[in-house]
Amino acid sequence: MRSIWARPVTKIAASSALVLLMLLLPLLNISIPGVFPGPTYTPGTLQLLAYAMLIAALALSYHLLFGLAGMLSFGHALFFAAGAYGLGIVLRNFSPSWLPAGATFVAAILITVLIGFVLAALVGSVSLRVTGISFAMVTLAFAQAGSVVVRRNPGGQTGGEEGLTLDVSHVPDALVGVLNTRNLYWLSLAVLVFVYLVVLWVEKSRAGHVVAATRENEQRARVIGIRPYFVRLLIFGIAGALAALAGAAFLLLQSGVSPRVATPDFTLTLLVIVVLGGVGLRWGAVLGAIVYTLLDQRLTALAGSEFIARLPDLLRIPLSQPLFILGTLFILVVLFLPGGLAGLTERGGRPHRPSRRSRERMLEVEEI
Amino acid sequence: MSTIVLLLITGLGLGALYFLVASGLSLIYGLMGVLNFAHGSFLTIGAFIGWEVARRLSDGSWWALAAAMLTGAVVGALVAAATEFFLIRRLYNRHIEQVLVTVGLALASVALFEGIWGTDPTYVTSPSWLGQTTEILGARIPNNRFMLIVVAVLVLAAIVLFLKFTRYGLIIRAGVENRLMVTALGIDVRRAFTLVFAIGGAAAGLGGVLASIYYGYVSAHIGGSLLIFAFIVTVIGGLGSLAGAAIASVLVAVLQQFANFYLGGTGDLAVVLALAAVLLLRPRGLLGAKA
Repeated sequence: MRSIWARPVTKIAASSALVLLMLLLPLLNISIPGVFPGPTYTPGTLQLLAYAMLIAALALSYHLLFGLAGMLSFGHALFFAAGAYGLGIVLRNFSPSWLPAGATFVAAILITVLIGFVLAALVGSVSLRVTGISFAMVTLAFAQAGSVVVRRNPGGQTGGEEGLTLDVSHVPDALVGVLNTRNLYWLSLAVLVFVYLVVLWVEKSRAGHVVAATRENEQRARVIGIRPYFVRLLIFGIAGALAALAGAAFLLLQSGVSPRVATPDFTLTLLVIVVLGGVGLRWGAVLGAIVYTLLDQRLTALAGSEFIARLPDLLRIPLSQPLFILGTLFILVVLFLPGGLAGLTERGGRPHRPSRRSRERMLEVEEI
Repeated sequence: MSTIVLLLITGLGLGALYFLVASGLSLIYGLMGVLNFAHGSFLTIGAFIGWEVARRLSDGSWWALAAAMLTGAVVGALVAAATEFFLIRRLYNRHIEQVLVTVGLALASVALFEGIWGTDPTYVTSPSWLGQTTEILGARIPNNRFMLIVVAVLVLAAIVLFLKFTRYGLIIRAGVENRLMVTALGIDVRRAFTLVFAIGGAAAGLGGVLASIYYGYVSAHIGGSLLIFAFIVTVIGGLGSLAGAAIASVLVAVLQQFANFYLGGTGDLAVVLALAAVLLLRPRGLLGAKA
């Protein structure tokens, strides 16, 4: 007998209620000191929450790769950056006179997502020729190449070190300016929900099952006649397109983008988020992203506080570095909490969670 | 002609740096299957502490430099061995988690270095001879390149001799070949794990001191930027192959220098394209035994 919490109806109801709450948040006056910088209707808090939701969408797309397909990619930031820079460049250069302003905007976003898909298909077609650790290194190399290109400012398009600012001439007025942060918040929520639904759909689809099977035991999948290459490539492409969508929304939210999002370090952050939340669980990725973003923001605020400045050096130096604390936290989670934060509440293990043993076996098989 | 000689020797010098990082990575991967993201941090800490020692001894003498190099190697070895002992060993045979731990360590340590030594690069003073140039076939070549090449060749020779002629070297070579069999013969291969980490850490720490001579400064990110190229080198050379790492280091660095000079600063892209080409034609790398 399944408990009431495991029934699909309850889950759908709970998720809908959560989304509804998130929808209403900009209209409410809730302050949680220490977590949010101010009441929930203020632009600062909405901006932070929207940022966290976009990172959550990105983490969900990474979950498709790492959690579902078991592909440890170190190049996912490339597609996020492709989305952010891609939309910026498309908006600046693409203004056909026969399209109304709103349609140009939508077309630009669609083109950006397509760019993300094609780029991911290209990168994937090379890097998926190897598996396991080599795959990780190859994707890292591509991400590094992307980072170099962005910094080099080809044709004056990416803005080099300074980054790119959003050209607002084709962006609807409702999405421009601090006063409209609320609309950007809703946009980010919509992106997150959309990405979640796509990820859910992919997981339940035939391709999702096949790729999960190859994650669990590649040899066996090959024996029954499955060729993992193309289905992995498909998943890689979809994840790239979703990351590009999150990147495009990120550009709108920040009204600009800096080369930081193209660095391999940004992918490492994503990996930290997914593992922190719990590998293999969709809402683990979302939870990880929200917790990480809020912690990062709060720790940065703490690092600049009076309290820290008065501590002796031995405590002050580590505590004033948010990444040091987050990195240490991450190591502790990997060592002592294999299921991540979501694993805390998921005791007993759900059947669709990828088991560590089987993934190990996969790597062992590769080695022999 | 003189340009070609200059690019070749500069490339060899850079290749020497890549090799110092890649040799450890390749050995560690070959024996344990661990992709070590923290390797760049071993390099950085070796460089920082090495130069702290050099600065306290004297500025810019050869003795101070030798002390820095020795300290860098020892610190790198100690930190690496401690990493293996306290973090990696707990996750024995869980490769993904091992990679994740090293990722966390890399993030945390770079942040810590920034906290201690600041975000700005620290400039170093090395013996004046290293800052001068020597003329070979009309090319004026910075002297530090020669030192890099000599040290890397010595390290390569030392590692090869160790692997060929000592008992632990034998165990490591056998372990790279077939770890299961070594364990089955009753040899505790885990001690070799710590040893391999220490050797890799020593090479990286030494590489850190040399890298700071090459660049002229030390910064918290010096290891991370070299690490990515070292990864590329290990994949091109073939994971687990020391000779492959040596050959690929030189190829990658020379290619990078030539592309930077003749193709308008596209060295990094040329390296990634070379990686893609190698993977398409020969997925296991130049000298890799297994995919």
